Amino acid sequence: MSTTRIIGIGNADRGDDAVGPTVIRMLAQAPPEGVVLHTARTDMLALIDTWRAEDQVFLVDAVAPAGSPGRVVRIDASRTPVATELDSFVSSHGFSVAGAIELARALGRLPARLLVYGIEGAGFEPGAPLSPAVSRALPQLVSYLQADCIACTRPH
Amino acid sequence: MTERRRIKVDYLARVEGEGALDVTIDGGQVTDVRLKIFEPPRFFEALLRGRHFTEAPDITARICGICPVAYQMSAIHALESACGVTVEGPLRTLRRLLYCGEWIESHALHVYMLHAPDFLGVHNVVEIARSQPAIVERGLRLKKAGNAIVALLGGREVHPINVKVGGFYRLPSKAQLRTLREQLAVAREDALATVAWVAGFDFPDFHRDYELVALRHPAEYPFNEGRIVSSRGLDIGQSEYHDHFEEHQVEHSTALHCRLRGRGHYHVGPLARFVLNHDRLRPLAREAAASAGLVTDCRNPFMSIVVRAVEMVQAIDEAIAIIDVVELPAAPAVAVEPRAGTGLAATEAPRGLLHHTYRISADGLIEHAQIVPPTSQNQATIEDDLRAFIAPRTGLPDDDLQWQCEQAVRNYDPCISCSTHFLDLRVTRR
Repeated sequence: MSTTRIIGIGNADRGDDAVGPTVIRMLAQAPPEGVVLHTARTDMLALIDTWRAEDQVFLVDAVAPAGSPGRVVRIDASRTPVATELDSFVSSHGFSVAGAIELARALGRLPARLLVYGIEGAGFEPGAPLSPAVSRALPQLVSYLQADCIACTRPH
Repeated sequence: MTERRRIKVDYLARVEGEGALDVTIDGGQVTDVRLKIFEPPRFFEALLRGRHFTEAPDITARICGICPVAYQMSAIHALESACGVTVEGPLRTLRRLLYCGEWIESHALHVYMLHAPDFLGVHNVVEIARSQPAIVERGLRLKKAGNAIVALLGGREVHPINVKVGGFYRLPSKAQLRTLREQLAVAREDALATVAWVAGFDFPDFHRDYELVALRHPAEYPFNEGRIVSSRGLDIGQSEYHDHFEEHQVEHSTALHCRLRGRGHYHVGPLARFVLNHDRLRPLAREAAASAGLVTDCRNPFMSIVVRAVEMVQAIDEAIAIIDVVELPAAPAVAVEPRAGTGLAATEAPRGLLHHTYRISADGLIEHAQIVPPTSQNQATIEDDLRAFIAPRTGLPDDDLQWQCEQAVRNYDPCISCSTHFLDLRVTRR
């Protein structure tokens, strides 16, 4: 039986990198029925073992600034490769999210559905709070996730 | 007409942290090699000052996401030394089990994900996974086995939280250790297969006259204890480290370089450990090394990948042996009371000797902390390797030369985050 999982990625103490764990905390207030919530902050290689082949998975992570902080991008990683710079798979924290997804794809271990929600950050300073732009984007992001979860968990 | 070439890698891939490599070739001669570490200084030693000595394991665990146990172990041994406490018996054995876990996860990451792509002529492990998925799955199982040990003993897989001065906060149960053993039995076969796999790689004919430095223990392959010895006769206690080793600053690196006083650069890491301690390997690991063709006086840094595979066999075989015999202690830790004093200790991190020095006050506050990571100690040796490696290869096109230089740097599994404490490559040809 498939499980719907939402995985919030990031460091809660580094500015907008906290958006993933913050979304998980907000969803935990009224967890969507039948949805398992996770957070991940360091070893992304372990993501591959977080999901099973039949699962529906939503990853929430901050993405690099590109001029529109708070902008939400939604990538269907089940169909589209997410890594653009293959050599950048390993960061100072071990393995990158994109690296883990593409390794899972090469090994045939992607879940049935994998959506990546990227939220463009403004700053990632140690100890800083979320930026105003990312904070303002949170309610909309949570409503997108809830709607996607309902669509996933509804009998069909 | 002379040609001036400059090979520049602005950001070295498949290393932990941020650094660059800058090589200048003038008229076919290598005139300059700089391993440039530009990751910002992280000030951990200053962060430790003024903190209570019991906080050091949790603070130092944050230095590295790959080898946090090494930082914790060097810290607790130095602090216990300062307080006049020696932790013996099963607590010491369980610390050794935790360290086995870190070696397995760190070596599996480096062998499979970071270094094997160089030898196979591909850009990254994803390309290996596409053509040989079973091999990459094996690497993932190994890493997972290491993670499982660290999670059980350390409380979680990364930045463990269950280590304290004097022992642990809580102990695993016998049942948890039995479950772990089943996973390790599979991992031991995976590690033996890894040795056979990497032994089949092509290694450049490149040998260096290093002074190798590692810990040496009377009976054990070194993790937590031993005298600091070298291939040229150094044999000192851990508290004598600063009498013989010195750090110095170079302009192009935010990590301090190191040298042996009056002797120069040296080499720490798996190759040094193996050459100086091959007679301390467990029989299974020693047989694996011999079957891989690893000679016991090896000086080829490219063979470090084989040593790492052998050390995975060692760590897994030892972890199983520990689980089979360890009797869990009645208490998870012994009491450690502070006293004014200084403590020095080195342990063998996956990348080599890691030395910590602390001075604490009578009420247990840290007054001075000095941390010398393995990548710092190896920086100058990496530059020396590159000068010697590039000299007969200056005729290679820039792309090929860059690839081979990066591979030579990765022999050291440099952890730049720890040493700043890494890599872009730039070759200038003149």
